Amino acid sequence: MIELPPAAGAGGSSTSEHGPSSVPASDAEEYLSLGAPIRGPSALTDDWRRFWYLTYTIARNEFKLKFFGSALGYVWQLMRPLLLFGVLYVVFTRVVKTGGTAKHFPAILLADVVMFTFFIEATAGSVRSVVDRESLVRKIQFPRMVIPLSVVLLALFNLSLNLIVVGIFVVAAQGVSPHLSWLELPLILLFLVVFATGVSMLLSALFVRFRDVQPIWDVVGQVLFYGSPVIYPIEKVAGLHGGPFGIPWIHLYMVNPLAFAFEQFRHAIIDSGAPSAFQAIGGWPESLIPLGLVAGLFVVGFVVFNRSAPEIAEHL
Amino acid sequence: MEERDLRGAPLALRADSVTKSFRIPEEATHTLKERALHPLRAARYRLLTALRDVSFEVRQGEFFGIVGRNGSGKSTLLKCMAGIYAIDHGQIWRRGRLSTFIELGVGFNPDLPARDNVIMNGIMLGLSPREARARYERIIEFAELEEFQDLKLKNYSSGMHVRLAFSVAIQVDADILLIDEVLAVGDASFQQKCFDVFNDMRDAHRTIVFVTHDMSAVNRFCHRALLLEHGEIVELGQPEAVADRYLELNFERETGVPVPDLTPIAAELAAQRAADRPGAGSARVLEAWLEDDRGARLPAAAIRQGEPLALKTLVRFERAVDDPAATLVVENDEHNAMLVVTTLVEHERTGHFEPGDHCVFAFWFENVLAPGRYHPVITVSRRGGELDLLDRYQHQYSFVVTGSRATGGLVDVPFRTSYYPLPAAASTVAR
Repeated sequence: MIELPPAAGAGGSSTSEHGPSSVPASDAEEYLSLGAPIRGPSALTDDWRRFWYLTYTIARNEFKLKFFGSALGYVWQLMRPLLLFGVLYVVFTRVVKTGGTAKHFPAILLADVVMFTFFIEATAGSVRSVVDRESLVRKIQFPRMVIPLSVVLLALFNLSLNLIVVGIFVVAAQGVSPHLSWLELPLILLFLVVFATGVSMLLSALFVRFRDVQPIWDVVGQVLFYGSPVIYPIEKVAGLHGGPFGIPWIHLYMVNPLAFAFEQFRHAIIDSGAPSAFQAIGGWPESLIPLGLVAGLFVVGFVVFNRSAPEIAEHL
Repeated sequence: MEERDLRGAPLALRADSVTKSFRIPEEATHTLKERALHPLRAARYRLLTALRDVSFEVRQGEFFGIVGRNGSGKSTLLKCMAGIYAIDHGQIWRRGRLSTFIELGVGFNPDLPARDNVIMNGIMLGLSPREARARYERIIEFAELEEFQDLKLKNYSSGMHVRLAFSVAIQVDADILLIDEVLAVGDASFQQKCFDVFNDMRDAHRTIVFVTHDMSAVNRFCHRALLLEHGEIVELGQPEAVADRYLELNFERETGVPVPDLTPIAAELAAQRAADRPGAGSARVLEAWLEDDRGARLPAAAIRQGEPLALKTLVRFERAVDDPAATLVVENDEHNAMLVVTTLVEHERTGHFEPGDHCVFAFWFENVLAPGRYHPVITVSRRGGELDLLDRYQHQYSFVVTGSRATGGLVDVPFRTSYYPLPAAASTVAR
């Protein structure tokens, strides 16, 4: 998985024809005692504690900056999804009634806005992350994966706090009482985090070479917003007739991992009467498509990042 | 310089035929669009070999210098040792923990107070958060910043900034330290402090690899040194021999820019260093000259002592810059900053400059300098300190102050004296 520099000779006894011409026996012994040669820069590390310390500290510092950076501090961080929610709520329940008959539509709307905000913060935030931390990358050795992961972790901090607001809203304003399927929440979040991490690794590595990744991702983000059941419930899609090759639209729609996660959240947390993501996509076998997509993206993101990690410092 | 036999000491670092080349793309594709439109066009590269077959060993407790001209590959070698660049061929081994100081204060965030930055930087350099927190007090104490620790870093002066960064760096207990020319920053007193620390480290038998082109530093500290030229070792051994060879190499080379009033070797050094201006390229100091108070240009070879003087400099902006600041440091031959004049004090807002705009910065001062040669160092920066350095103009211009009123001091400030003969009885009391 980790790329070693090429020509990794046999331990300390160099066989290279232009190395030190002759190595005395005692030196050879000493060379062996040096152990493995220095590895070049890489995505990961064998010092996992340092990996975690770095990821956590970078994320924490960024969080602190947002928290204490302005007069209102965290209020702003909280206000952003809430304001977006407010606007969407007024428009889509009072003006254009897309909410339809969905039960607890405001709660669904708020939860989805918060989760979508997490996804965009993590992915769009990591696009430039490696390039923006150029001074670190070119000046010091550390596992490069720390950079996109710290962006995801920062978004996760925000999500955790925003979810508390969602929880209060769901229970107090919408009268949903806690129930056993709330235990699914960590799994849904894990699914979202894995998805966001995979995309983040991919984008941050690609951006080093291709600078138009950023505008492309801005557009994709917009598409994902309207392609996920945020401002309308999935019943709107389920109501569509037909579909290509006899596949109902709703099944195709649910392949979007965000739609899958949001719908499962709605089913498990807010309204157990709503179809679960697994029902909506058409059953278990079909569910493997979004699940596999997320797993696949994670692997691809990891491989791409891992392969480009040794050269990032040279391309910046 | 003390002679210590290090041959018996265990190896700390070993490089075996290290080769590193960079692929410089002839036509850079920077977008996916270009890539998608021309999928089959093979990217053409020019191969630039920065290091060729470099082998050497460093023993534990050794102070090892790596010297060479700009572009000789010395910084690349350091980055390979630090694990920042991947090596193409060959290998490097090391024993023990290794810390790199290519730049002081890596990871510093201007919007956070000292504490967060110290911990971040410490972790970057290999401490655990607990160790970093435990050492925080000592770091702040060494940096003499106890009163300012709650201040955000952006409110620090550049001197405070460097002091803090350096204090963190020396608190990191690595077995091997890789140091790039961090000494180039800071004022003379801070440089002295750095030198003291280096001496302590050497006496404490730490292994230090030190990249520089300051030959005096090599002679002062290093047990052994290595001279690189075009990515290959040309000399490896005693620092004196390496320093001689270095000067020889520079002397052989033809001078590009003639610098008047300098000895040939110094001129060569100056021309070669001039190519290494570290500015981000947003601005270029094109020229510097001296004028008297009536605006007449003065010959650099004979500046009269004690008269008002203006050093003016012509700057061209290559990119749009807001509120650039210019600072003049006049150094003497020993690189002591004799005086510092900056626009930052009087002209905080210097306005907006477009690419291609020119600006003349003038530094007026009373010429109190003692007779001797002086080297102005002009830096143009964006406001916010040396981190946003746009250009540094150095080693390209020097002037000589002449005068008869040499007192032996570094400066000859206007003074007067008087004396009061005391009656005999009073003198015993006064004494």
